[in-house]
Amino acid sequence: MSDHLQVAIRFERVSRHFGEVKAVDDVSLDVLDGEFFTLLGPSGSGKTTCLRMIAGFERPTAGRILLHGVDVSHLPPYERDVNTVFQDYALFPHMTVGENVAYGLMIRKTPKAERERRVGEILDLVRLTGMEGRRPSQLSGGQRQRVALARALINHPRVLLLDEPLGALDLKLRQQMQLELKAIQQRVGITFIYVTHDQEEALTMSDRLAVFNHGKIEQVGSPADVYENPTSPFVASFVGVTNLVSGEVAQAITGSPLTFSVRPEKIRIVAPGTRFSQDECAVDACVRDVIYLGLYTRYVLSLDVGGELIVVQQNLNTTRNEALAVRNQPARLIWSRSANRYLSEPGETV
Amino acid sequence: MTAIDASAGVRRERSFGSRLSTYIYLRPNLLLSILLGPPLLWMVVVYLGSLIALLVNSFYSLDDFTGLVVRQFTLKTYAQLLTPANMDIVLRTVGMAIAVTLAAALLAFPLAYFIARHASPRAKGWLYLAVLLPLWSSYLVRVYAWKLILAKEGILSWTIAQVGLSQTLQFLLNLPAIGGPSLSLSPIGIFIVFLYVWLPYMILPIQAALERVPKSLIEASGDLGARPGQTFRRVTLPLAFPGVVAGSIFTFSLTMGDFIVPASLGNSSFFIGQAVLSHQGTSGNLPLAAAFTMVPIVIMVVYLLIARKLGAFDAL
Repeated sequence: MSDHLQVAIRFERVSRHFGEVKAVDDVSLDVLDGEFFTLLGPSGSGKTTCLRMIAGFERPTAGRILLHGVDVSHLPPYERDVNTVFQDYALFPHMTVGENVAYGLMIRKTPKAERERRVGEILDLVRLTGMEGRRPSQLSGGQRQRVALARALINHPRVLLLDEPLGALDLKLRQQMQLELKAIQQRVGITFIYVTHDQEEALTMSDRLAVFNHGKIEQVGSPADVYENPTSPFVASFVGVTNLVSGEVAQAITGSPLTFSVRPEKIRIVAPGTRFSQDECAVDACVRDVIYLGLYTRYVLSLDVGGELIVVQQNLNTTRNEALAVRNQPARLIWSRSANRYLSEPGETV
Repeated sequence: MTAIDASAGVRRERSFGSRLSTYIYLRPNLLLSILLGPPLLWMVVVYLGSLIALLVNSFYSLDDFTGLVVRQFTLKTYAQLLTPANMDIVLRTVGMAIAVTLAAALLAFPLAYFIARHASPRAKGWLYLAVLLPLWSSYLVRVYAWKLILAKEGILSWTIAQVGLSQTLQFLLNLPAIGGPSLSLSPIGIFIVFLYVWLPYMILPIQAALERVPKSLIEASGDLGARPGQTFRRVTLPLAFPGVVAGSIFTFSLTMGDFIVPASLGNSSFFIGQAVLSHQGTSGNLPLAAAFTMVPIVIMVVYLLIARKLGAFDAL
């Protein structure tokens, strides 16, 4: 990581063990000031534990966590300049929206007049103007989400932590909130650490992301980088959909037994016997299944050399009937050799 | 062809049981009335009915000459209730109920907090057991056991003497109003036994209320800069308060209605329960007994209204 950029959060060989379970296992990581950084991974991969260690709800078993250069590993949450948006929002049910949002300021004994002004401002920012007097129970899920965001942002933390904050919302609202969150982050310029298991969410919002698996970070990079150049089979299959080809099938296709990944959208389905060039891979197959999904069609093909590939094609000119008609037909699959990503299996070098 | 059509979508054999189930399934209100009928009957007729009978009786009066109840509306009985001697009984009982309730809340809260927040699931089971265990044995036996413990030659006095605090005990027993010849014969003794017998009824509701406070609220408070003390005052306590109120209803009303503890221990000053017992029994003054019984009920209603006003139930 380049040193002239300010590091907001640094994990130095951090581990968190719960008894025998290594929730977080020797993680090192730098998050830059002002970044929208996503911790992506399946449940139980350690991403939430990492977030909770930044917040101070958990303490590392080993290693250090630095917040703007200061070791905070063993500071309680109330002494850290970070705020959290909780997965269940954690709004105080016995307080109004206004009291919830003003809670941090009230604790810090900010004068009442200033408190009210800032609550008004922040509610404007999250588009809840005039909702001060409502109770959390009177709000919809999306509104609660915004209150939780406002309650955290009003304190101007140096880092904002978000623990799957959109998980409980429906798809449309989630997509809208993703864009809104990103816009708010750019406006306030605070570092956002965002935990999610939803790779699409991660790709939509993040400046950079870290892919977690079994308590370790598998890859860190920009969304495009991680999608285009996955460094492990896990990353390749977790971020987006992919075909992992290995062993004899790989040998038959590329002439080498190295495992490689090829994205379904990179592969073309053409008539059997179609000619292909030197820098292309080709394999003969039979269409086993066609799943018509409106925007695109997903084909599952059994390869003549064994195994199967998934191919996705946008329905540019294809009608539904045309798409479905290729079922059980022989076909040839062609894709550019440069679309192949060779992956190192554990203990194996490329 | 027709045979197939007729059975399409329906299981062929329909026994009586299945037809009965379907009949009830299609009429949810019928099931509800079958299930709710008996308890409603009980609540309305037996429970509310006797309460109303009580209320009505308290507006009758006792003819001083014949010793018979005059079934005519009058406030005479309530005037009798307000005489200094009877008010003494009421105030003594209410004072004891308040003291027991406050002490129970103070003792129960930390314990309930520990059970709800810190105890491991295993320890929690054992602690439940420990809290409930006393309720398995007869209340009378426990009260008499305490009589022995608190007696002048009892184990408590002996222990206090062993640690050299006899002076302090004597000082307490010499206090007016709450003192007496020995612990078992003083209001202090009554207080101790009440506190012991009603404590589980305070622990369990508080524990349940604390259990319902999501951990994330506590974390959120700390995250927003509140020290543990502030979090407790501003989040935990307000959210657990309905539990405290629920517990206090038990301890308060149980203390006010009890006649066994003040009869077995303490000096001979009456509590409401004893007054009710003697008025409806030996002197046959049912109206005054009923009027006495109305006191705790009225106090509880007022108490609950105040609690609601203070927002004790906002977090429910």
